[in-house]
Order: sequence, then structure tokens, then C-alpha cells
Amino acid sequence: MNQDAIKELLYKMADDLLILGHRNSEWTGLGPILEEDIAFSSMAQDKIGQSQALFEILHSLGEQEPDIVAFMRNANQFHNSQFVELPNGEYDFSTIRHFLFDHADQLRFEMLSNSLFEPLAKLSRKIKGELKYHVFHANIWVTKLGNGNEESHSRMQNALNECWNFALGIFEESQFERQLIEEKIFEGEVELKKRWLENISGILEKANLKIPNTNTWQAINGGRQGKHTPNLQPLLDEMSEVFKIDASAEW
Amino acid sequence: MYGNAYIDPNEKSNSITDGEDIQKLNAFESRISNGEKIEPKDWMPKEYRKQLVRMIEQHAHSEIIGALPEGTWITRAPGFRRKLALMAKVQDEVGHAQLLYSAAETLGKSREAMINDLITGKSKYSNVFNYPAYTWADACIIAWLIDAGAIINQVANAKGSYGPYCRALDRICVEESFHLKYGHDNVVTLATGSKIQREMVQAALNRWWPPIMHFFGPSDKISLHTEILMKWKVKMATNDDMRQQFLNMYVPKIWDLGLTVPDSKLMKNNENKWEYTEPDWDEFKRVINGGGPCNAERLAVRRNAEERGRWVRQALLAKDSKYLIPLA
Ligand SMILES: [Fe+2]
Ligand SMILES: [Fe+2]
Repeated sequence: MNQDAIKELLYKMADDLLILGHRNSEWTGLGPILEEDIAFSSMAQDKIGQSQALFEILHSLGEQEPDIVAFMRNANQFHNSQFVELPNGEYDFSTIRHFLFDHADQLRFEMLSNSLFEPLAKLSRKIKGELKYHVFHANIWVTKLGNGNEESHSRMQNALNECWNFALGIFEESQFERQLIEEKIFEGEVELKKRWLENISGILEKANLKIPNTNTWQAINGGRQGKHTPNLQPLLDEMSEVFKIDASAEW
Repeated sequence: MYGNAYIDPNEKSNSITDGEDIQKLNAFESRISNGEKIEPKDWMPKEYRKQLVRMIEQHAHSEIIGALPEGTWITRAPGFRRKLALMAKVQDEVGHAQLLYSAAETLGKSREAMINDLITGKSKYSNVFNYPAYTWADACIIAWLIDAGAIINQVANAKGSYGPYCRALDRICVEESFHLKYGHDNVVTLATGSKIQREMVQAALNRWWPPIMHFFGPSDKISLHTEILMKWKVKMATNDDMRQQFLNMYVPKIWDLGLTVPDSKLMKNNENKWEYTEPDWDEFKRVINGGGPCNAERLAVRRNAEERGRWVRQALLAKDSKYLIPLA
């Protein structure tokens, strides 16, 4: 199997989860209701735990320890989509991002649970169960707020418009796409995006929210190749502030 | 986490049971002295209800305000293990607030009204959270010693007389014991770590010692008020007793780690009591009344969160909404 292809796949998935988990955790103590504070924290814990598990696989493939990889790289070495690094904004933006991202991620792990790269297949079978809850949560809130009242509806629609092209950036193809598909490691971003669109369309309809017109679609790519918005480096600086006091120490 | 209920020493105490039906009052008091729990629908004196609401509400506020100084360290926690553990801990604290607001609601005050009193500054929360957590080590000291203090208080209060509060506290205490372990493990790691880490944790302990000594509140005035509240099992131990218990359990552990306590008078005397420099109670009063380093900031953050979330709460109230119960 093509190790570089596998590593690239693992890095982008792990980085997405680490960065979005970090963003979700920023809601701690600040949620609109206590129950949502707790829900975002649960999801953040799952995501960070999942990213750690992916970094463990990378470690077994010869990369550095999860802590070093997560806390010591600079923004241009991160493979996450730009979508996940954007600041939380208000609860509308965070909820729509949670919805769009988690639907894609659940499908990704579902597809990967049949991967011929067994360590990832095994982990994916475990993670897709955790993600069921995230997707369920997202569906409820998107439906709820999409239908709530005039303000909540227009906020959610605006957030969806704002998120859309960034969300398409989740599916930025890797240079190894062909090998991944041929070697049956991953069915590929195109297939993932197709299934994603099918899944979210019905729910958005129930939520009374409209997907932006296809002629405005333009994926915001670059994240997978280390090109990021100015939001990522400060996030990483904050994340590693203590760790970097002494990266060789036990904390 | 929480200190002892702050009872204003100047409050009039001669009229506590004025106007109460003597027979009902006697029956109520004998139930309590028999160790029975009082439940929401039972008869209770007005003052009992008032003090409990105040106490449980203060406790709930302390949990969510306490999530702020620690919460700022979630995004900075060094390494996966610490990050995950701190997230879980702070999440527990928010969960405690949720449980406690529900317990207080059984006495007739809504969560909304309580949160409103918090952000307008009308009701108090534990004074310790008006101090900043400057470094990672501060967050570690909080998780160990402030949670330790909270446990002493909560274990005592769990034996109180009001059923819903006791049951909430039983659940909370189980989680708090994990926080204590987490905090202790963090402090041990720093105290046995590199020179920088050891200095960090000693400096944090020095900063947090005065707030820790303030944590249980000033010596109780022997007043009729305190006496009645203890008879009603609203207040379960005196502030000084709890402080002694804390010192007895934790000073030796602090010393074991090679850390020093910034109080040259601190020692155990011949009567097995801890002697210490009397904490600065003027400072305590100044801080609890709004003059601490972080009072304004804490309330501003909370107020801001309430304002930013208002549209969500309003949307939840929409009458044609399909889902009424938020999922958590
Ligand atoms: Fe707590
Ligand atoms: Fe705690």
C-alpha cells in the first residue's frame, strides 16, 4: 500500500478533528443554554479523542508521537480544511458548521470502515458509532432553529450561505486520490461529496433552509496543502502555549 | 465547586420565625431532628426556603462562573491527555450547575430568574472565582485545592435536610472526587517536574493561598441566625470547622510535594488545631461586593453569553416548534 497516500489521508482527517474539536471546546461556559454547553463539550472531547487515535496510527507508521505532531507543527504543516479553522462566530454559524462537517465525517468513517487499510478500518468502525450522536444532535438543532422563528430562520440561512463554499473545501482532492481508490483504501472525495449532498439535502429541506444556487458553488480549497486563513496560526499558538514552555517535559 | 453559603452578618436575626404557625414549625423541626428529608411539596418556614434558594443558587452560579477561569485553559492544556481531562472536568462543572438550578427550581425560583440575578450582580457566587488563573499551574491548583475545599463543603451539605439538594450533591460529590484526583495528579506532575514547572506551581500556590483561606468564609458569628440554620440543617458545619478540616487534610499533602505554604504562622498546635495568619477579611468583603480583580470581567463574560444566546432561547420557545427538548 502507498504509505504516503495513507499518511496524507490520516493527517487531513486528524487535523480536521483536532482543529474543530478545539473550536467546539471554545463554547465551554459560553453556550446559549447549559445543555448546549455540555453537548458541544462532549462533541469536542470525542473529536479530540478521535484525532488522537488517528495520530496514533500515524505514529505506528513512523511519524512522531501524537502530542508532538499536534502541538509542535506550524499552520503551513496542517492539512485541515479551512472550514474548521474559522472562528466559532455565533451559535448559528457553529451549528451549521457542525451539521455540514459532521455529516461528511460520519460518511467518511462509514466508507473507511471497509478500507483495506485495516488499522483505519477498525478505528472507523468504532468512531462512526460516536458520530451518529453528533449527526443526530446537528439534525435536531438545524431543524429546530431553521423552523424556530423569523430571526432564527434567517440567521441559519445566512450561516448556511456563509459556510457553503468552505464546506465544499472539505472534499478537496489529494494528489493520491487515484491510488487511494485503486488500492481500496478510500473510495474518494468525489464519492463522499455525492453521498453527503444526498444526506444533507433532505434535512435542510425539513429545516426550511435552501442550499445556495449551484452556480455560486466554488469550493474554498488549499487547506489540504497547508494553505490556511489567518485564523489557524493564532489558534495553534494558543494551543501550544504551555506545551512549548518545555516540549520535552511531562505535563 | 463552591465555598460556604455567605450569610450577611448584619442581617436581622430576631424575626426569623415571626408569623410562622407554631405547630407546623414544631412538626417541621422534629422531622428534621429525626433525620427526615424535606421535600418540595412539604410545608417549610419562609426563612428556610429563602436561605436554601440563596444557598443552592449561589452554589449553581459558582459552578458556571468557576467554569470560566478553568475554561480558558482548555484551549491551552499541554497535550492530549490533559486537554481531554480538563474538558471533561469543566463539562462536569457545567453539569453541576444544571443539576443545582433544577434543585433550586423546586423551591419556586426559575433558572431564568436565577441567571438574571447572577448577571445583574444581585446574587453571589464563590469569591475565589474573582481571582485570575494566570498560568497553567493556577488551573492545576484550582482543580486540586479549590475542588478539595468544595468537596468538604459539599459532603457536609449532602447531609442537610432538603431532599433535592442532598440528592444533587450526592451525584456531584462522586464527580468532584475525580476532579480532585485530576487536580492532584497535575500538581504532582508539576511539583516533581522541571525547575520551571516547580516554580510555576509554587507561584500559583502562593497566589491562590489567600483565596483558599477565604474559601470557607469568615468565622461564623455565634448568632441566633446561625443557630437556627444549623438546627434546620441548612448549614451543616461552621466555616472555621471546615477550614480546619481542609488544612488538616491538605497541608501535609502540600508539604509532601516539597511545596511551601506562604504563611509563616501555619502550624498545628498542641490541641491538634491549625494556627494560621488570620486572612484579610476586609479584602474578602471588598471582593465579594464587587471589588476583586475579575468580578467585572466574569459577569461581563456571563452577560455577553446570555445576550448572544438569547435568540436561540427565543427560537426554542416558538410555539410551532417541532422539538421541545434540547438534546444533551
Ligand atoms: Fe462542581
Ligand atoms: Fe469540580
